[in-house]
Amino acid sequence: MTTHAAAEPGAPLTAAAPLLEARGVSFRHHGARVPLFDRLSLRLAPGEFAGILGPNGSGKTTLLRLLAGLLRPDSGQVILEDAELEALSPRLRARSIAVVLQEPSLLFNFSVLEIALMGRAPHLGLWGLEGAGDFTAARRALAEVDLAGCEDRPVQELSSGERQRVFLARALAQEPRLLLLDEPTAFLDLRHALGLYEILRRLNRERGLTVVTVSHDLSLAARYAGRLILLNRGRIAADGAPGEVVTPARLRDVYGAETDVFLDPTTGTPVVIARGPALGPADGAERGPAA
Amino acid sequence: MKGPLTARRLILSLLLLGLALVVTLAIGAGIGSSKAGWGDFFGGGEAAVTILRLRLPRLLLAAIAGAALGAAGAVFQAVLRNPLADPYILGVSGGAALGAFAVTAAGLTAMAPLLPIRQAAAFAGAILTVLFIFLLSSVGGRVASYPMLLIGVVTNTVYLAVILFIQTLVELTRLHGLRIWMIGSIPIEGYDVLTPLAALTAAGVVAIGVFGRDLNLLSAGEDAARSLGVGVERSRMVLVAVASLVTAAAVAVTGPIGFVGLIVPHVARILFGPDHRLLGPAAALCGAIFLAAADTLARTAIAPTELPVGVVTAMAGGPFFLWLYRRQRGRTYFE
Repeated sequence: MTTHAAAEPGAPLTAAAPLLEARGVSFRHHGARVPLFDRLSLRLAPGEFAGILGPNGSGKTTLLRLLAGLLRPDSGQVILEDAELEALSPRLRARSIAVVLQEPSLLFNFSVLEIALMGRAPHLGLWGLEGAGDFTAARRALAEVDLAGCEDRPVQELSSGERQRVFLARALAQEPRLLLLDEPTAFLDLRHALGLYEILRRLNRERGLTVVTVSHDLSLAARYAGRLILLNRGRIAADGAPGEVVTPARLRDVYGAETDVFLDPTTGTPVVIARGPALGPADGAERGPAA
Repeated sequence: MKGPLTARRLILSLLLLGLALVVTLAIGAGIGSSKAGWGDFFGGGEAAVTILRLRLPRLLLAAIAGAALGAAGAVFQAVLRNPLADPYILGVSGGAALGAFAVTAAGLTAMAPLLPIRQAAAFAGAILTVLFIFLLSSVGGRVASYPMLLIGVVTNTVYLAVILFIQTLVELTRLHGLRIWMIGSIPIEGYDVLTPLAALTAAGVVAIGVFGRDLNLLSAGEDAARSLGVGVERSRMVLVAVASLVTAAAVAVTGPIGFVGLIVPHVARILFGPDHRLLGPAAALCGAIFLAAADTLARTAIAPTELPVGVVTAMAGGPFFLWLYRRQRGRTYFE
């Protein structure tokens, strides 16, 4: 199941040249016996909002890191428009691709504005001081994530929801074309999780930013992403519109869980209700690789 | 002097620190166990000679060594992502000490007393150690921070044991000069030694300042740095090499002076904020001021007897740091 479905009705994704493409990417973790990815291919069209889903260990985060250029494939290529990612300098790559990592870490207590300004790093010259344009970009990024009034606050004083948004602002200050987020709502309560996805949707729709999230929350991803990519042990088990990807049969197959899937009456997107572990030999590991 | 870094804040902060350094040097040169002071400078007596030939070279050496240790400490803390890191953690002191010990114990320094063999050996020991640690802590072409820290600590400990071993084998008379060096002291060197040392240190500090943006991003984590466009391996290699080089050059002359490389970056961070484009040079200047002041105190506190400068850096610097740290209520560090 690697055929591409339309993100939204009437908008075929394959029509446009891909913004980012993985071509036959193989990757083995250091010390692992078998490769995680074996010639995996994936195309991301400009303007897409894609959600990568999958059970623990299915390779979601590793795939995100490969797409971001943080990891090198053992073979195959990741191509940004027409340039191979490995051939780009880190600075050039960072002007196009921004990443919000799962647990953004800091050693020193920078202020909110200082962190947003770090996103300007790939745009700075040799002496590396931010100019007026960089301050404007950083402040605009903070406004996008509703942190305009918090410039001088040290990051330590922020709530986890605010903290997540600061790192999103740092990524936005890069002025990327592609934004990759690893579990952006992992530590957020419902309100903040929704708030974050609303921001991502706005950036996607109004600015044409291509967004890819890795997430565990099936319903939330289905609600906001136009395209879902379901990973199972290094393979793409399903790829398409949320309604096609999120089905009880497939979730039983990939997650080993019994679920009911309803359609949200207002958005028409699938909502998953967990019922319990799959009956019978549920775990994919016991049945060999999923198709 | 905090807030986002601007050219104005950078220049003002460094000018202020530069001025403070000049004042510290001027005061230090004016006092000492002999009565010579600035008032007699143009009197044509011994005062000018005392100030220019004895006190100033020693003060300048203290300032250079302090600058090297302070800047190197700031680099190691950011690159290794550990506020406990300092120039010695990677075995720079251990390597330098072992190099100096080996050539002295082998009798090489006695054979050619006019050549700076001990300094050269200390320098080589420090640099070889850093290369060795880089090699050992790289897995699959990537150098990991925590293994590097661990390997540095272990290597340093092995070195100190080997030094004790050599010390036990070789009669102590030959090692007398070395023992003073090992405590860490500021000798009086000629300007022919000071000038290249100052030039090397200044170049190193400028390089650290230029790489300050990379240091900011590296301190936020390897992946964050990489995603923001830092060539992580290359930057880290350059920064550690520069920091080791300036430290090794200073340590070879003064011996391992403890504590400066550890606390000076923290003091500079509390006073000037965490942005390494300013913090690198600021830590260098703070280190220069601190060690020059400490050495002046070591010369004058119980004159004519001299204290080892390490005693002053710890006894005066420690409580000062703790006071400053409490005053900012843990606001400098994220976790």
